[in-house]
Formats: sequence, C-alpha cells, structure tokens
Amino acid sequence: MQITIRLFARLRDIAGTPELERDLPEGATVEMAWQVLAGEFPAMAPYRGSLSAAVNAEYARFTRTLSDQDEVVFLPPVSGG
Amino acid sequence: MLQTLLGITHDELDLTTLVRLVTGGDRQLPGRHGAIVTFLGTVRGENRGRRVVKLEYQAYEPLAVRAFELIAAEVADAWPDARLALHHRIGTLGPGEVSVAIVAASPHRAEGFRACRYAIERVKQIAPIWKREVFEDGETWIEGSTADPSDSAARQAAYERACR
Repeated sequence: MQITIRLFARLRDIAGTPELERDLPEGATVEMAWQVLAGEFPAMAPYRGSLSAAVNAEYARFTRTLSDQDEVVFLPPVSGG
Repeated sequence: MLQTLLGITHDELDLTTLVRLVTGGDRQLPGRHGAIVTFLGTVRGENRGRRVVKLEYQAYEPLAVRAFELIAAEVADAWPDARLALHHRIGTLGPGEVSVAIVAASPHRAEGFRACRYAIERVKQIAPIWKREVFEDGETWIEGSTADPSDSAARQAAYERACR
C-alpha cells in the first residue's frame, strides 16, 4: 500500500523535501513508517524519543495501523508562539 | 484576513478583528463579556545574546487548527463562560512583528486572564508549529515540547501556570 509522509522543520531539512511517498506492507504501523524513514535518513533516528505523529490530520500513536493512501506526519518538538 | 475564531494565516494579525470575532455573538446581550483579555506574541530581536534577523514559521495547518479546537474545548471545560479567539501567523516574520494573537472574553476578568494564559501555554505545548531563528551568522530550529495532547501532566502544568 502507498502512504504519503509529510515532514516539517528539521526533519524536512534532513530529507531535503516536504513530502515523500513510500510503499509499505499491509498492516504496517506508524512505527514501521518511521523505521523506513529513519533507515533512509539516519540523521533522523535520534528524534524518535521526542517525536509525535499524526495520521490524516489527527494526532496518532505509533502503534496505529495505517491504510492505503494515509497521510502520515512526524512532528518534531514544537515551538509555536 | 481570517474570519474564524481559530486559524492559521500568512497575513498580518489584527487584534481588532479577533476582538470583534470573539464578541460577535453578543448581539442578543451586548456587554455579556465584562472583560476582554488580549495577548500578542511578538518576535524578539535578540535571543540568548544573539541578534535575531528573522523567524521562519512552519505549521501543519489542518492539525494546528485541530489543536486550537482542542485548546478552545479545554478552555470551555475549565472556564465555561469564557470565549476564545486564537490566530497564529506563519511564514517569515521580522523583529517586533506579531506571531500569535489570543483574545479571551468572559463576564469577569479573573477567568479571562486565566483562559488567555492557559491558551498560549497549550499552543506552545501541542500546536504543530515550528520556528527557525535566523541570526546574522547562522540559523537554528527551535525545538520545545513533544506535541502530545493526551499528556495530562503537561495539561495540568499549563493550568497551574494560568491560575497562579
């Protein structure tokens, strides 16, 4: 199945792009999407402890199971205001 | 110019618009709100001893609006008579420019001040918004809180800051 990964702030800079599309096996979780990403961009790996995630514009746990065409966003620590 | 109570925009923020939006439902009972508390967050021209040239804000807009809705619901839960408007600007902002504007209207001042303070604390904790500080000789992403709206300790900390 195909998912879209959107990136912001430092993660976007590391990847050099705001958006990626990746094929994941059926039943893949947010955590598995992160593993694929961190495998491609090892500089992202240290973020895992301070990261949160969203799926289709709702906050999501890393255990959340993904569906085809889902939009996954990994949120580095935020700094609004 | 945003015409919703909660939103993200590239445009300059306008406090008068927020005040009008937050009191717009008062036509049936003008003056229902005895207090309108406002907060403007502005870009500091200096941070940790370095001169800031500009800030670059990014947001995951649909989730940021969702976060603002959660914050407004939390405010309604804690201070049922308070009404909130919250706009955050993104893009490139120079020193002195307004990045966030919050208005809390309430029958009495105490809950208005609390609701306003609570809202900015929660924005900083959970809204998916990021800023990069650009200095004369470098730049850096500011990384604050892990954005987790279900973190009840963070929510309690924001509440205590609002009420002390």
